[in-house]
Amino acid sequence: MPEEIIVHGMEWTIKELFVYPNEYIYWSIQIVMYPYMTGLVAGAFVLSSLYHVFGQKELKEIAQFSLVFSLALLPVAAMPLLLHLQQPTRAMEPLLTPHFTSAIAAFGIVFTTYALIVLSEIWFVYREYFVAQVHALKDQPGLSNAMTRMVYRVLTIGAYDVSADALRVDKKAATILAAIGIPVACFLHGYAGFIFGSVKANALWMSPLMPVIFIMSAVVSGIALCMFTYIVIMEWQAFWRRRRGSAEEASEIKGAEIETINKATRYLLGFLIAAISLEMLDLIFRGYTAMKSWDILRSVMYGKDFVNIFVLQYTLGNLVPFVLLILPGRTLKRTVLALLLVLFGVFMMRWNVVIGGQAFSLSFSGYMHYEIPIIPHSLETFKEGLFGALTVIATPFVLFWVINKFVPSLRRDVQGS
Amino acid sequence: MTCSRRDFLKEAVGGTLASALPLSAFVFITTDEAKAAIEDSKVRWAFLVDTTKCVGCGLCVKACKTENEIPYDAAVTRTWVERYVITKDGETHIDSPMGGRDGYTTDLIRDEEIDPEEIDKAFFVPKLCNQCDNPACVQVCPVGATYQTNDGIVLVDRDWCIGCGYCIMACPYGVRFFHPEHKVADKCNFCYHRISKGMQPACVECCSFGARRIANLRDPDDPVTKIITTERVAVLKDEYGTKPHVFYIGLDANVR
Repeated sequence: MPEEIIVHGMEWTIKELFVYPNEYIYWSIQIVMYPYMTGLVAGAFVLSSLYHVFGQKELKEIAQFSLVFSLALLPVAAMPLLLHLQQPTRAMEPLLTPHFTSAIAAFGIVFTTYALIVLSEIWFVYREYFVAQVHALKDQPGLSNAMTRMVYRVLTIGAYDVSADALRVDKKAATILAAIGIPVACFLHGYAGFIFGSVKANALWMSPLMPVIFIMSAVVSGIALCMFTYIVIMEWQAFWRRRRGSAEEASEIKGAEIETINKATRYLLGFLIAAISLEMLDLIFRGYTAMKSWDILRSVMYGKDFVNIFVLQYTLGNLVPFVLLILPGRTLKRTVLALLLVLFGVFMMRWNVVIGGQAFSLSFSGYMHYEIPIIPHSLETFKEGLFGALTVIATPFVLFWVINKFVPSLRRDVQGS
Repeated sequence: MTCSRRDFLKEAVGGTLASALPLSAFVFITTDEAKAAIEDSKVRWAFLVDTTKCVGCGLCVKACKTENEIPYDAAVTRTWVERYVITKDGETHIDSPMGGRDGYTTDLIRDEEIDPEEIDKAFFVPKLCNQCDNPACVQVCPVGATYQTNDGIVLVDRDWCIGCGYCIMACPYGVRFFHPEHKVADKCNFCYHRISKGMQPACVECCSFGARRIANLRDPDDPVTKIITTERVAVLKDEYGTKPHVFYIGLDANVR
């Protein structure tokens, strides 16, 4: 009995009409997750920079959180790629032997640069706190205190100078890093768009607008996720403090600051409008020029993927939250609902680009339908299935929980420099 | 001699980096190899498909799968044969079950019966890698695992491919796939192991009708080159600018 032959992509691809024999949905859910997570990283960083660089004071609260959250999101941007590779043990090769005509070859370099910027910015922002902790824990008894102190000692990297001069330098360094970080964050994500936009063989992807569309929607999703997580955590903490009923603490509770939320919402709406305008321009341009590929693109957009594109992405993911956010008398609950819809809308946009781009054959004479593996029965159907995607989504929250233990981004008494 | 902590760290990092550069990063080549790499090759491989001669027997697909060890029953293949049936209502019916491996022995196209009276024209089109002069797959490979030899053939290094699938996405012809066993990108290379030893590719050798032939474009006396240069031949999808090197006789406007 010969071993069963597994052709990569065959398990989740359903072909219709004429499709070339070797065509399958090779880029599946993890490649949807990749630009989605990268976008969240970039967006979170841009939000934090609005305070650090442009001095948007109202955003101070959420900016600290966004910065640390973008660090938690960072490793997760690379995770989908690792889960997608057929040879994951060779994942370091793009760094060792980069072939620079390929857009992917730059990933390691851009990603590392960006990681260093985020890490050093956080270090400069929280160095004063690290030093304070080392001193505070000095004579505390117990092994766990000693261990924690050890971690903080490592985190200070031996820089204990907290004089006014030193802190001023810290602040300046953080601002400069945040400023450099903006173009790097945009580049990190813009080039994810370039990876798709430069594939000339793919009629849907091939567009110079792709990187710009990706950046805009990245900022939208990043702001939305930071706002959502921020609101949920703040409200959760407020809820627990109320339950404990400590009158002293209860009086300090402000919940998620409405001012912060209002300001962040305005930025969110601005970027959302830019993203939708560009996507519409792309769509109208394709229809108007009606190149050879338009027939099949039209049948995919207005036919097979109509619900995904026009109902789920544009209506439910863009229009509905837009209305929810601009209508007067906005409550926190309505904002949270709108933010969730925005996040869903951006996810659907990634889905419609990645999966939609493979929904038709290169022969323009047939279609491919993607059936996401739900219950995994092999490593491959786990990695490139629903549970693989959920693992990727869950990871940043776990990472944030750990990082936040040492870098308390949500405590108002710790604002760093 | 004094050495500050800063200097010590500087030197240490520099030293570590230098010693981390492994000897294997250098490749030692013989003078002959160096000459061959710099000089223009006397060979530029190309392929000629005469669609008017193809009968859709599928022997080429069988031979290719066997010769190149592509699992026989896997639904991926380095070469395939498409059947086109154009009916009087202007519809184009195309199929290629298992890449045409088992030959076209039935009138059914995707379980659809077509009345022979309704057929305007019908023909077969063999497909394989176009060994492009400007290959999109080579351009997008992030690690250089797929590369072009100086005689024009695009090859895949199975020990270096990371399996990202970017080359598969970049190829407008859909000739690339993941090898079911090696889990790396795979494609036709005109049977490079054979042609570089003076033999014919497996599909050419087994084609009883002369529908598939290989040419060396740099040899003006090559009979196949003569056909390509003096007769009317066409290529597939030249709008992508990849400069494909599989030439077709009798290519129809309906061919995708």
